[in-house]
Amino acid sequence: MGSILVFLTGLLIVAIWWLSRQGVLSKPWLEQGVAVDFTEKSDLSSSAARTGLAVFLAVVGSLFALFLSAYALRMQLPDWRDVPLPAILWLNTGMLILSSVALQGARKAAREGEEDALKLGLLAAGVTALAFLSGQLLAWRQLNAEGYLLASNSANAFFYVLTGIHGLHLLGGLIALGRTILRAWRGTTPERLQISVGLCATYWHFMLLVWLVLLSVLAGWAGNVIDICRQILS
Amino acid sequence: MTDVPLGHVGPAPAADVEDVELYHPHSWITKYVFSQDAKVIAIQYSLTALSVGLIALVLSWLMRLQLGFPGVFTFIDANAYYQFITMHGMMMVVYVLTALFLGGFGNYLIPLMVGARDMVFPYVNMLSFWIYFLAVLILVASFFAPGGPTGAGWTLYPPQAILSGTPGGQDWGIILMLVSLMVFIIGFTMGGLNYVVTVLQGRARGMTLMRMPLTVWGIFTASFMALLAFPALFVGAVMMLFDRALGTSFFMPAIVEMGQTLDRNGGSPLLFQHLFWFFGHPEVYIVALPAFGIVSDLISTHARRNIFGYRMMVWALLAIGALSFVVWAHHMYVSGMNPYFGFFFATTTLIIAIPTAIKVYNWVLTLWRGDIHLNVPMLFALAFIVTFLNGGLTGLFLGNVVVDVPLSDTMFVVAHFHMVMGVAPILVIFGAIYHWYPKVTGRMLDDTLGKIHFWVTFLGAYLIFFPMHYLGLMGVPRRYYEIGEMSFVPLSAHTLNAFITIVALIVGAVQLLFVFNLFWSLRHGRASGGNPWRATTLEWQTPETPPPHGNWGKEVPTVYRWAYDYSVPGAAEDYIPQNQPGTQSSAGMSHG
Amino acid sequence: MAVALILVVIALGSVVFHLLSPWWWTPIASNWSYIDTTIVITFWITGAVFVAIILFMAYCIYRFRHQPGRQAHYEPESKRLELWLTVVTGVGVAAMLAPGLFVWRQFITVPQDATDIEILGQQWQWSFRLPGPDGKLGITDTRLVSPDNPLGISKEDPNGQDDVIVEGGELRLPVDKPVKALLRSVDVIHNFYVPEMRAKMDLVPGQVSYIWFTPTRTGTFEILCAELCGVGHPQMRGSVVVQEQSEYQAWLEGQASRSFARLAPAAQ
Repeated sequence: MGSILVFLTGLLIVAIWWLSRQGVLSKPWLEQGVAVDFTEKSDLSSSAARTGLAVFLAVVGSLFALFLSAYALRMQLPDWRDVPLPAILWLNTGMLILSSVALQGARKAAREGEEDALKLGLLAAGVTALAFLSGQLLAWRQLNAEGYLLASNSANAFFYVLTGIHGLHLLGGLIALGRTILRAWRGTTPERLQISVGLCATYWHFMLLVWLVLLSVLAGWAGNVIDICRQILS
Repeated sequence: MTDVPLGHVGPAPAADVEDVELYHPHSWITKYVFSQDAKVIAIQYSLTALSVGLIALVLSWLMRLQLGFPGVFTFIDANAYYQFITMHGMMMVVYVLTALFLGGFGNYLIPLMVGARDMVFPYVNMLSFWIYFLAVLILVASFFAPGGPTGAGWTLYPPQAILSGTPGGQDWGIILMLVSLMVFIIGFTMGGLNYVVTVLQGRARGMTLMRMPLTVWGIFTASFMALLAFPALFVGAVMMLFDRALGTSFFMPAIVEMGQTLDRNGGSPLLFQHLFWFFGHPEVYIVALPAFGIVSDLISTHARRNIFGYRMMVWALLAIGALSFVVWAHHMYVSGMNPYFGFFFATTTLIIAIPTAIKVYNWVLTLWRGDIHLNVPMLFALAFIVTFLNGGLTGLFLGNVVVDVPLSDTMFVVAHFHMVMGVAPILVIFGAIYHWYPKVTGRMLDDTLGKIHFWVTFLGAYLIFFPMHYLGLMGVPRRYYEIGEMSFVPLSAHTLNAFITIVALIVGAVQLLFVFNLFWSLRHGRASGGNPWRATTLEWQTPETPPPHGNWGKEVPTVYRWAYDYSVPGAAEDYIPQNQPGTQSSAGMSHG
Repeated sequence: MAVALILVVIALGSVVFHLLSPWWWTPIASNWSYIDTTIVITFWITGAVFVAIILFMAYCIYRFRHQPGRQAHYEPESKRLELWLTVVTGVGVAAMLAPGLFVWRQFITVPQDATDIEILGQQWQWSFRLPGPDGKLGITDTRLVSPDNPLGISKEDPNGQDDVIVEGGELRLPVDKPVKALLRSVDVIHNFYVPEMRAKMDLVPGQVSYIWFTPTRTGTFEILCAELCGVGHPQMRGSVVVQEQSEYQAWLEGQASRSFARLAPAAQ
């Protein structure tokens, strides 16, 4: 259970830092009137959406950290046989990086009000993300053809489950991205798209990060790190 | 019974959501069925959860009939018995308590108590309820599936949960259970995001964190924990579903089942237990923390005294929330895991007793030198302290690794967790319903019926579960369809079992009285006014009762003080609402 | 008034029930009386806390019940009182935890002279394997389980050839000799539980767990399964017969020759 504990420790540090700025040590019965430390929020819906996404990413992070914890515990058992990673994963990784970069470009374009650059960035991100997902499907087919079946070894099963769950999350993101693209094409101004594009970009970067972590675990690079995590507990 | 006139609210501008931004329903369907109003969603959640609770109650009757009078009720065979205990447990823990505290009370109270017009994502909030409802339907559907629901025990330990020796293991039961849980978790995540983000972003002007009532703190912390803990159950459910349906070996080692060698290899049953309890232990506090928060507010309001040690109460809540993620393996002392874990988990478990004890002290110290009104909600709150204290103290037996060895998997455990996370939170739920029903409906629940309900429930539950510990101490294991002959169990124990069954039937029947009261008072209850308990918190200061969609009419309230200005020396009344400016106050006079 | 009185009755009634009711643990038959001692310590500490808090509550409810003209005292917190209570609680917790951990250390530290035996669970019966004259158990593998080899003993391992197998019957143990029971399951999780021994541990398929104890008096004691293992769970019973060393030895020799005869041809 090492990776989830590391993840939660990180969250705990953020939470403590945040709480320390919220006056949790103050004596509320001594304070009257409209408290001064309450910062006026100019735009509730954008800050709420951003906070919402941050909390959601914490949940997604916890989900993947738990999968990795399970992976780390399961891989110690003697029947484990590593899966050779299909080469196409590297291409897919490149696609996902491009996708993230494109969305970052779109975010910048939205901020600066450049409509064409925004549309281009959104579209490029969508296409590359779809390319990533198709590439993942190809990787599945390839593994299946080579005899790495789901049920034949838990290493295979974890490969399918981890890539599958990651793919589903990206697919969910694509729905949000698709809606943003539609709105952009229907003539919503870049200023009004700023929030949605920003949220998509953050989500994309996070999914890229998750993918890189998954990849490093599946490729075995993270083995050493996992060993350390495990030793913390056992 | 003075209502606070709205004139007391200062001329501050509406802080947050403009009224026009809210989605206003136009038809009956969008107003009451696919509603985006957190208060309607709260009622939908509560009624669904209470209905599931009634099903689970009937299941508990059936299993008690079997335990109290083995062999008399022949329609309860071993298969049915295990299905009943499994569904009773899972329903009560997840679909009743979690849904009711977070989905029900969370939805109703968070926006009102922090001074928001609604949850920050109303549409997602609506989806959350309907997905929860779907999860309930899937769960209930398993009663009608071939082979019936799963009988694996609510802990669903593999391998038995997915093998043929367990009811539903090779039928639909376990699949429906796992799918239902996954759907529930997706729905809950949507709701949980709302509860957390509304507290973070939706608070009215002046509502600093440390001015929030403890109810909000409890629900907020619990929601956050649930968001992080439920994924563990999700991961376990996905993996078990793969094992059951697709033949993988996540949790399945080499197995010879009834002489047949299965095509599995190498999996780890303990891996599931780690995942399950990584969710399962925080789950206990996910249920307990909202109860802690609510009971703090009930005691404070009805004792007319500020909650003693508010800051400590907040810190204790946060400490319990954080610590509860590092105690999970205390459910696994005799599971065959590395025995050295026992030292660590026993220590963390007993450490968590300290902030919990502080909370108990502070509730009791709030009564000291108070002005105690023994209204029905207060009675339930006091009964909560008794049962929670009792269950918490027996937790010190089970958390202390070596003491747990003879007691684990016995009726002692059953008695302990029913006392601490069954009876105690349910007493709070009742207390909270008696307390907030006037806000929801504008009418009081009937007092006499309430008192009968209270005394029978409280004393009955205590009579059921206190002696049950001693069955476990004798060595009677839990999850036995019939005890049968056991050389170390005296005959009198069977009499005790029959006694417990009879009391359980009575306590169960009295709940029908409560349901009757809920409906009867809707029409015939005494009109309550806006603030019948003369409470300080914002939900009692709404311009209309019941509050309409949008809660606050034209202006969102501004908050000038903490939630516990009761019996402030020199004040005209023995309470000062949070949204009342005024400078007369005793305590420190120092501003800011 | 009535409420306060009922609370007093609950607090004192619980204590009276504890002291007078006929329901208590069954007399111990192993070396784990330390566990009983830790339970008693815990009962004393928690019982005192329970009674003290409930009585204090009852007093408050009586003394500070609402009466016309009463006003509650305004006091947001008292740091000193809270600190003091925290420290006292910490001491109480430590007083329970320390002996607990101490005994747990003993519980998981198997003495050198303990005899290895094996307890195997399957739906829904107990089987046992005792080392033969060589004093060693042979290795096993669940994949070797078959009708004529129900415990999956490896025939390649010479240590296993003289093992005494008891299927679905009684486990016999000599009195006053520590045993280390290796726990194994071929299907689902079971739990080896003998109330008189105070010991309990899961049998998990795919791994071997262990437990150790020393029987301290002769007699026959029931073995129960304490982990839900399917519909037959409550029927999964067995018994452990603790005998004097001489009786045990005589029985063991009789068994050893029998199982030898059974296993020998297969081993060739």
